[in-house]
Amino acid sequence: MTLMLATAAAGLFGVGTYLLLQRKLSRIIIGLSLLTHGANILLITSSRRGDAPIIGAGGEERFADPLPQALALTAIVINFGVAMLLLALAYRSWILTHDDEVQDDVGDRGIAKSDVVHDEVADQQQVIAREETS
Amino acid sequence: MILLLAAFAVVGLALVAFGARLGRRAFLVGALPMAATAAWVATRLPDVTDGTTRHESVGWVGGLGLAVDLHLDGFATTMTLIVTVVGVAVLLYASRYFAPDARDLGRLAGLLVLFAGSMVGLVLADHVIVLYACWELTSITSFLLIGNRHDQARARAAALHALLVTGAGGLALLGGLVLLGQAAGTYRLEGILAAAPSGTAVTVALVLVLVGACTKSAQYPFHAWLPGAMAAPTPVSAYLHSATMVKAGVFLVARLAPVFATQAPWRPVVLAAGCATLVFGGLRALRQHDLKLLLAFGTVSQLGLMMVLFGAGTPATTTAGWVLLIAHAAFKCTLFMVVGVIDHQSGTRDIRKLPALRDGWRPLELVALLALVSMAGIPLGAGFVAKELSYEALDEATFLGHEVVLVAAIVGSMLTVAYATRFYTGAFAGPRRRAAGEPAPLPGETHRDPSPTTELSDPTLPIEPVDPVVVVKPRAHALTNTTAEVAVVDPDPAPPAPSFVAPAAALALVGVVLGVVPGLGDKLATVSLEDFRGSVPAVHLAVWHGFGAPLLYSALTLAGGFAIWAADRRVRPRLAWASKVPSGAEVYLAALRALGIVSTRVTGFVQNGSLPVYAGVIAATAAALPVAALLAGWDWPGWPRLGPKREAPVVIVLLTAALGAALVRKRFSAAIFLGVVGYAMAGLFVLSGAPDLALTQAAVETLSTVVFVLVLRNLPERFERQSTPGRRIGRLLIAAGVAAAVFVLALTSAGVRLGNPVSEEMVDRAVPDGHGRNVVNVILVDFRGFDTAAEITVLTVASIGAVALARAGRRRRDGEPVPAANTEEVRRLVFVDVSVRVVFHAVLMLSLWLLFAGHNQPGGGFVGGLLAGSAIALRYVAGGIDEVRGRARFRPWTVLGTGLLLSSSTVAAPLLFGGAVLESAVASLDLPLVGEVDVNSALAFDVGVYLVVIGMVLMAFEAFGEEPKEVAPR
Repeated sequence: MTLMLATAAAGLFGVGTYLLLQRKLSRIIIGLSLLTHGANILLITSSRRGDAPIIGAGGEERFADPLPQALALTAIVINFGVAMLLLALAYRSWILTHDDEVQDDVGDRGIAKSDVVHDEVADQQQVIAREETS
Repeated sequence: MILLLAAFAVVGLALVAFGARLGRRAFLVGALPMAATAAWVATRLPDVTDGTTRHESVGWVGGLGLAVDLHLDGFATTMTLIVTVVGVAVLLYASRYFAPDARDLGRLAGLLVLFAGSMVGLVLADHVIVLYACWELTSITSFLLIGNRHDQARARAAALHALLVTGAGGLALLGGLVLLGQAAGTYRLEGILAAAPSGTAVTVALVLVLVGACTKSAQYPFHAWLPGAMAAPTPVSAYLHSATMVKAGVFLVARLAPVFATQAPWRPVVLAAGCATLVFGGLRALRQHDLKLLLAFGTVSQLGLMMVLFGAGTPATTTAGWVLLIAHAAFKCTLFMVVGVIDHQSGTRDIRKLPALRDGWRPLELVALLALVSMAGIPLGAGFVAKELSYEALDEATFLGHEVVLVAAIVGSMLTVAYATRFYTGAFAGPRRRAAGEPAPLPGETHRDPSPTTELSDPTLPIEPVDPVVVVKPRAHALTNTTAEVAVVDPDPAPPAPSFVAPAAALALVGVVLGVVPGLGDKLATVSLEDFRGSVPAVHLAVWHGFGAPLLYSALTLAGGFAIWAADRRVRPRLAWASKVPSGAEVYLAALRALGIVSTRVTGFVQNGSLPVYAGVIAATAAALPVAALLAGWDWPGWPRLGPKREAPVVIVLLTAALGAALVRKRFSAAIFLGVVGYAMAGLFVLSGAPDLALTQAAVETLSTVVFVLVLRNLPERFERQSTPGRRIGRLLIAAGVAAAVFVLALTSAGVRLGNPVSEEMVDRAVPDGHGRNVVNVILVDFRGFDTAAEITVLTVASIGAVALARAGRRRRDGEPVPAANTEEVRRLVFVDVSVRVVFHAVLMLSLWLLFAGHNQPGGGFVGGLLAGSAIALRYVAGGIDEVRGRARFRPWTVLGTGLLLSSSTVAAPLLFGGAVLESAVASLDLPLVGEVDVNSALAFDVGVYLVVIGMVLMAFEAFGEEPKEVAPR
């Protein structure tokens, strides 16, 4: 790990997180992609870096560790799939609302504001209240 | 024993499933396993009384040391006999109680059998987890039985009440039993008793177990579910809620008391709960107009006495409890049956409405009287023996506070005498005298007028109709709860048939026999004390205990009881304070309400519906926790070197572009900046010796920029809404925290590697085992091929999801005309068109080369597929979605599915040849022009990956490539 790459990873994580905390889906997608890049830097710097690990091309002792590379490769492609799915969400959101903003969940807000009493509790209260008034 | 339990389960389930056809005969079928068990236990009696305990064990979950361990010792024999004999009587009774055409009798009978099986399992269990399982089974069957009339809110509420209270107690019990098992080192009941562990954990365990026992046996303050459970049909109440299930708690206390009674929390808890229950239950019973509720509160009171006797844990009190256990099962069940008969014939159980019963009713009256004599503890009733023994045992006991307990027992027994008298006069004597024209004021009725509120504000009294004429009808219908009963009160009810009274009479006779010749039970009573494992003298039960304090107390009890009953009118207002004590029902309701409010508040706070808040909490936690853990053992590795200079420009571009992506206001610009970051990453990969990564990253970046543009062209050009400065600062703080955490972790984690990377072995084995020289690719398609297979599955799912989301509004409904092909010709630019046609095939060839060469050189399925996807993107640029669709011979999902199928088959194929999953095979082919080529089975896997990636790209165009047709109006 070098200071430069640690800074690069930290920077990508910071900016990515900042974007992730927004309401616009396009920004969230960009933020997630930046996070993936940051994570990939952490992956490939987690072990030895060096020559391409292709046998016969050079000394094996100077090989870069191939395992983190395989992991990062998987991550890159998965990120493409995730971005695609999220873009589809943004697209759908645009079709419905002409925007890609993630609104607060109406039902959840309702719960936060209300004094919803569980149905069965209400049921029991009713039964017992009827006993008391009769 | 296990076979018998299985018989219960089979017969019970069969009755639930197919019993409807049998009608009332279902109850007779249900009596068979009970009778069989009773008979078998009876044949074992000589062995049991000799002190032999039969053990049986069947493996259950071997890995957890769980086994169905059963044992048949003295106490288990007693309980099994009670459960099965009473069970047979109740089922015979039920077969006459219900109307022949009543609905769901098979279900009811089946549930009763299942319940009885659970109960037998509970008393036979020698493994505490088995005991717990049976315990919960009785709770569940009880829930179903109370809620038998599930179309009534009352029955549902009562069933839920019982389930919540006993279920919560069951959880406490499980915790307690596990703690006990851990402390003793064994989960065998006998082992725990032999080990007799002690300590703080055991103290906690005992309190938890007692909470469980108190909920099940309806002790204050958990008792309120039991009167509510009277919503069940009377045969069910007679069986579960008087004779058997409610004794489960008492049974458990009796099992553990011999060893644990002397430990700190045991006696204060049990005795306090038991005494309170004993006295309050008796007071409440005295205030009931409904005969069934009178009995229910009487049961609560008697359970309190049993809790006291068994809980005190001396051999003498246990013997008294043992007699009371049997006596109570007999007399209480008899009385419930009597109430059921009266209710069945006359249509009411309200002692203010009961009609006079003619001479034909004398047999029933006699049966009731026998049971009442036993309940009140009058000589020659079994209850008398129990009471004498209790007084004697409590009088001679030495534990702290035994005098108080003795007084409570005497007071409770007085109340028992009083409510027994109330039962008799209410049910038989009173109505007859009223019919004869004699004034027979009902105790308490005249006093309801001056203070109606104290009477009625008590929610534990489910039945207090103000105007019987108006209310009794629906109430009777609601409460009697069975199809057989009629709601209208019959002024001159027909006497019951002898076969209807017989089961009650038989049980009453058991009480009489035990009351007259109690010595019959000597041997069984003696072996029931074996948990004391000491030199316990043999028990001699007798009617006559000689002159002494107990006899005096008994006389006092009878006199006091009759006095209380007689003075009821004067005593009653003074008893009104009892209803001011918060009753169990109020506590239960308040707890339920509080639970609802708390969960609503917690849900509202935790789940507030805002995505940024959720993400912020996750990000902040992810940053704070590892750093906090790191700081706990802080070891700063020192600043590392800056890094090679050639990396500097790449990193600068990377960070600048990332900042740009965050700061620009235009969506397009942000997407382009993201693309720049991606290419910078590719550059970094080149510098890090990762050509595969660089290729993949570059191809992905190209494609994702295209897909971004496809979507963003629809969205507003700029990000519009600005958030408040406060939120922005919060975001910045969290982001800065995450960045700092990553920075610190990156620097510290670099120095902590101790062992050699696992990949060294992978490098060594790449050529001999993986038949490839590109180690990264060999890892992907071979060493860790399973991961890759999972990954392409995820990609498949994601692309299907994307297409589904994007096209959801575009699905044609049935009958809607298929829209004509896109008539609006895409404006083609000749220059672009021609160059794409030239480049397309070249790029496609290159992608195939990367695919096939990938095993030995940089490349592989992912890169190849992405490059082919880029070629397809070029076609899209030239001619739009029709160009893509027209050229691709296969539909996107076909390509996707074929790829996934190919890869998964390659994963599984070696299994067919006896190899391991993903084992690779290699064959050398001599191809013309190309020369000798090694064909590796891993190649097939990689071809699958290639196809999945192409399919995914095609899906992306399928999703976003078309102009959306149905858009919400602006």
